[in-house]
Amino acid sequence: MDSVYFDNSATTRMDKRVIDCMLPFFDTKFGNASSMHSFGREAYDALEEARGKTAKAIGALPREIVFTSGGTESDNLALQGAAFANRERGNHIITSAIEHHAVLHTCHFLEGQGFRVTYLPVDAGGLVDVESVKKALTKETILVSIMTANNEVGTIQPIREIGALVAETGALFHTDAVQTVTKLPMDVEKNNVQLLAISAHKFHGPKGVGALYVRKGVKLRPVVYGGGQEKGLRSSTENVPGIIGLAKAMELGMEEMGESVERMTGIRERIIDGTLSSIGGCHLNGHRERRLCNNAHFRFDMVEGEALVLSLDMKGFATSTGSACSTRSTETSHVLKALGVRPEDSRGSLRISLSKFNSMEEADRFLEVIPEVIGRLRSLVPSSARASKGGG
Amino acid sequence: MAYGRKVMEHFARPRNVGEMKDADGVGRQGNTVDGDEVVVYIKVKDDSITDISFQVFGCAAAIASSSMFTEMVKGKTLQEAIRISKEDVSEALQGLPPGKVECSVIAPDAFRAAVNDYLGRKGRGFISGDEVPPLRK
Repeated sequence: MDSVYFDNSATTRMDKRVIDCMLPFFDTKFGNASSMHSFGREAYDALEEARGKTAKAIGALPREIVFTSGGTESDNLALQGAAFANRERGNHIITSAIEHHAVLHTCHFLEGQGFRVTYLPVDAGGLVDVESVKKALTKETILVSIMTANNEVGTIQPIREIGALVAETGALFHTDAVQTVTKLPMDVEKNNVQLLAISAHKFHGPKGVGALYVRKGVKLRPVVYGGGQEKGLRSSTENVPGIIGLAKAMELGMEEMGESVERMTGIRERIIDGTLSSIGGCHLNGHRERRLCNNAHFRFDMVEGEALVLSLDMKGFATSTGSACSTRSTETSHVLKALGVRPEDSRGSLRISLSKFNSMEEADRFLEVIPEVIGRLRSLVPSSARASKGGG
Repeated sequence: MAYGRKVMEHFARPRNVGEMKDADGVGRQGNTVDGDEVVVYIKVKDDSITDISFQVFGCAAAIASSSMFTEMVKGKTLQEAIRISKEDVSEALQGLPPGKVECSVIAPDAFRAAVNDYLGRKGRGFISGDEVPPLRK
């Protein structure tokens, strides 16, 4: 039986239609979009068409799209770019404790450069309190960066409310939308977003390509200098095949969003309900309602995450865990920690992340396998530890 | 971080798992809060290990290395068995990823504690360095 891929928040399988439309740009249409000749013009025209499609999908203008190498670079350009370009206006940045490392580690770097960063806490479901944003805003605040939805536990943030709040001040609002593009509608105008990060491989596009929406009038300092491509914001010969793929994947994803979201939500619900009802000592992490359509995130008492992921892999299910035991002490996920999960309780975390390619039949197969896998791992656990936890 | 074939084999089918109610010695190492925990049970006759079992909470390396260690120890004298090092276990598993030997190969430590428990019950004192107190006939 084929292996089941339940790790779509890590990366997704490319859509065949996306691959097909990229192929000519490796082969016959290989031109450099900056060249004067016919090859260059052909690539340039395709690039600009892709820019238009990408912009349209989020309610932006084509010239507001900057293509990058992925979500991480987009976040870096947004944060570093906005911080350094607005330094004379203030030195304060607001973000949340559960952002992706692309945002958090960039904030740590900026702190080293003299910026002050507020890391907003979240509640037990992973939600940022809009009031806390309001309280944190000062005259010095130049940038607020809150992800659209969390990559680990899938909690969807109140972006529109935060955007409206930030819009009343002089600060910029950036959102890392890497996990939500093609899963939630996005209109940058309605959400008062000035910067928004996108990564193609999270929605059946190619790896190594992303985009940053930069609202017209917003000044950024580049991170990469060179030939001045992408209006000087991101020098480097454009990755034309990748960009074509990103635009196509985004276009298809937006067109088919209604159907695929409904499908994923149904599978997600089956997995959540089935797992919670069949296994004792099992808890759902994240928010029960404000949750990405493709995310189910559990923690199991008296189970170690790595052993769980490897056991599921042996049964043909690709999943992921938030706890990675690498050295002497176990590294707890910063997200689970922020949700208030104790380190000893976050050991057995499991993330199931779906895509449009998953089926209800796969969910049912998972539900058949999971009790046995959990049961086997718990059967190994020292009786004393089991008794103290009551994991059963 | 990928595990080798031998590790996966012991992880998939660990040997000598379970609690031993009539053990002659029991030893514990680690904790389940921020690390791995192993409990080792031994049966001893004429200063040789006649039976051994273990229970474990931990990653694949902790499970596989505990299983491998119990296989290596069975039938050995106490003196031979306490000299089996973490590195010996790792080698028998054809290697572990960096960092895993220190944090997850804890069965030898639990075993040492089990031997001390046994020696204590017999009134023979404890392991000193790498020496088991001699058996008085």
